[in-house]
Amino acid sequence: MESDVLVVDDSAAIRKILQRVLRQTGMAIRNIYEAGDGQEALQLLGQQKVNLVLTDINMPKMDGLQLLAAMKGAADLRTIPVVMVTTEGGEAKVGEAVRLGAAGYVRKPFSAEQIKEKLADFLPGAIPS
Amino acid sequence: MLGSQVVPGEVTVEHQAPTANDGVISFIGLAGSWAGTGCVTCSPAMACRFCSQMLMTEATSVNEEVLDAIAELTNMIIGSVKTDLESELGPLGLSIPTVVFGRNFQTKSASHADWFVRRFQWDDDMFEVRVCMTPSERSTTLQPHVLGSASQSD
Repeated sequence: MESDVLVVDDSAAIRKILQRVLRQTGMAIRNIYEAGDGQEALQLLGQQKVNLVLTDINMPKMDGLQLLAAMKGAADLRTIPVVMVTTEGGEAKVGEAVRLGAAGYVRKPFSAEQIKEKLADFLPGAIPS
Repeated sequence: MLGSQVVPGEVTVEHQAPTANDGVISFIGLAGSWAGTGCVTCSPAMACRFCSQMLMTEATSVNEEVLDAIAELTNMIIGSVKTDLESELGPLGLSIPTVVFGRNFQTKSASHADWFVRRFQWDDDMFEVRVCMTPSERSTTLQPHVLGSASQSD
């Protein structure tokens, strides 16, 4: 089963790296959408159905925690797994993400293997046979 | 993410603010009970190399993509420093990085505190990471604390 993934990060470099890593996993990913902040992400989620969101925390306009809270408060978005991909390693931010319902957490700098593991956790149908 | 090994030098303490007369310098703010600045400086060639390694593209001149890669690198390096400092200083916030590229420029920090400096060698070039932290004025109840050492109790 092919899956769609949304990558949210204010850094175009990180979006590009994640695009490349996601393609390299060999998993069945149909579309990789990109957003530069939480607001853009919510707009996109209103138009496109995705199976997983990978989001940074520190972003302008609307950060990753605000995006997570908004998604958990929306009936049509709350079941989409949200994985935080961030430099934030402090207990406060990670704890808040977990409390808000984050499905997982990957700390930057990340390896392709770490991203692949998260994909396998949340997109089991996309694992190549 | 860079897929390369860099060689760290000794940590030194310097009083002057970072100066990069030519090259790339990236600043990021830290705020909490202590506040300050972290920065990464490197040559334009090193900035292009970082970008090329991170994005697996060939960057030959400093452009928006290179500056974006340096901003993210700064975010990751100082973000790691922040996480380590939080065990002693409590929760800290991290600002969005600002990257400057130019020639014959100077930077000046309004802080009078010392900078902790570590240089890293990457083959025949090097980059520098600097952090400067001081107690926030609003945290009047906090005891003075020396970075890198555990607080003393009576």
